[in-house]
This record gives sequence, structure tokens and C-alpha cells, in this order.
Amino acid sequence: MIGLAHYLILGSCLFGIGMYGVLAKRNAVAILMSVELMLNAVNINFAAINHFLNPGQLVGQLFAIFVIVVAAAEVAVGLALIISIYRHRKSVNLNDFNLMKW
Amino acid sequence: MNMSFGDLAFFIIAAITILAALGMVLSRNIVHSALALILSFIAVAGLFFSLGAGFLGLVQILVYAGAISVLIIFAVMLVMRGDAGQSNLFNSSLGTHLWGVFLASLLTVSLSAAIYFSEFASVKGKPVEDDIAGKICGGV
Repeated sequence: MIGLAHYLILGSCLFGIGMYGVLAKRNAVAILMSVELMLNAVNINFAAINHFLNPGQLVGQLFAIFVIVVAAAEVAVGLALIISIYRHRKSVNLNDFNLMKW
Repeated sequence: MNMSFGDLAFFIIAAITILAALGMVLSRNIVHSALALILSFIAVAGLFFSLGAGFLGLVQILVYAGAISVLIIFAVMLVMRGDAGQSNLFNSSLGTHLWGVFLASLLTVSLSAAIYFSEFASVKGKPVEDDIAGKICGGV
């Protein structure tokens, strides 16, 4: 039988994979994609806990929709920033974005 | 072992999403990464359907696989420089890469152990009866 723990462990595995993508990649667009993976893992947790522990109400699903909305806005703005930086520096390698380095 | 159809459906969809996520972070071609990400979005929508969250699954496909993925592919096209097969390499310093592996695996293992040994592990839900996906899969 599939219980709550299966969904939560799946969410944490997905979160870990996304975190590895954020830490180990150098392309800025790839790092944004890994952040999206982490947000999806969080949404799985919300929907699973809503189904197993609070089935009468829809609070978990509502919060997951909120997270989807915020993630969409963040991806749009983040990609606009990356494209704008690319126009000046001609690269999306994160090691080259070192303006704040002292 | 007696596994119902719902359990089998969960394992297949979970395997697809984990493999697509791994394909996304381990690929050196950023277009392959974007396509693997789309596959993982659709698999997560399948997980939402199996949890009885039909509207959430539809919103996931609409927004993530429909709009955000197109936006990402456009951005990939606009910032691609040189060979596509070498456009998504790993961090050049091996120390940072190993730190990333260590921290991500530490987080995953500690979270999974905390969930496994907590009282969440004994919660089993009631069958989903209010939509067709729940009736077919027999609920979780």
C-alpha cells in the first residue's frame, strides 16, 4: 500500500536532485530549471499532505497553486535578467557574473 | 506480494519523474535538459492526479508544461553560444562539484530518514472516489 511517506520521500528525492543541479551546474538557465524542480517537489509535498491528513479541505492544493503562480512569475523575471546580462557579457556562465566579487 | 493497480501506477509515475529529473541535471546538452524537465513536469501532474487533485494537475500541465517550458526553450535559444552539445557543462572546479554532490545527498538522506522514522510513515489514506482517475487506480 502506498502511504504518505512514499510521496514525501519522493518529494525529498526530487528536492535533492534539484539542489544538486543548482550547486553543480554553471549555465544560469540550467540553474533556473533546477530551481523549478525543487518547487515541484514542494508542490508534491503539499498535495500529498492535503490528501492524507486533511482530506476535507483544499488548503494544501490552494497553497500549491499559489506556489505555481509565484514560480511562473519568477521564471519569467529570472530569464529576462539572464538575457539582459547575456547582452552585455556575451556569456551565461555563472563564473563570469562576478561584478559583486571584491 | 499483492500490489493493487494504484500502487503500480504510483511506482511507474515516480520512476519516470526521478529518471527525468536525473536526466535533466546530468545532461551536457541544455536542450536535452529542457526536454527532460518537460517530462518530469508531466509526470508530477500524473502524481497530482493520483492524489485526487485533478484541478491542480491540470494547472500544472497548463502552466508548467505549457507556458514555463516554452519560455525556458526560448531563453535557451537566445543565450546559446557555440556547440549545443557542450552548452550545459558541470562546474569547472571539481571541489565545488563534489561539495554539491555531498550536500544534496546529505539533505536527501537526512530528510528521507526523518520521514521514514516519523509518524508520517503509518498514514494510509482513503480511496479517491470523486474523479475518474481515482476510480480507475483504486485510490492510494
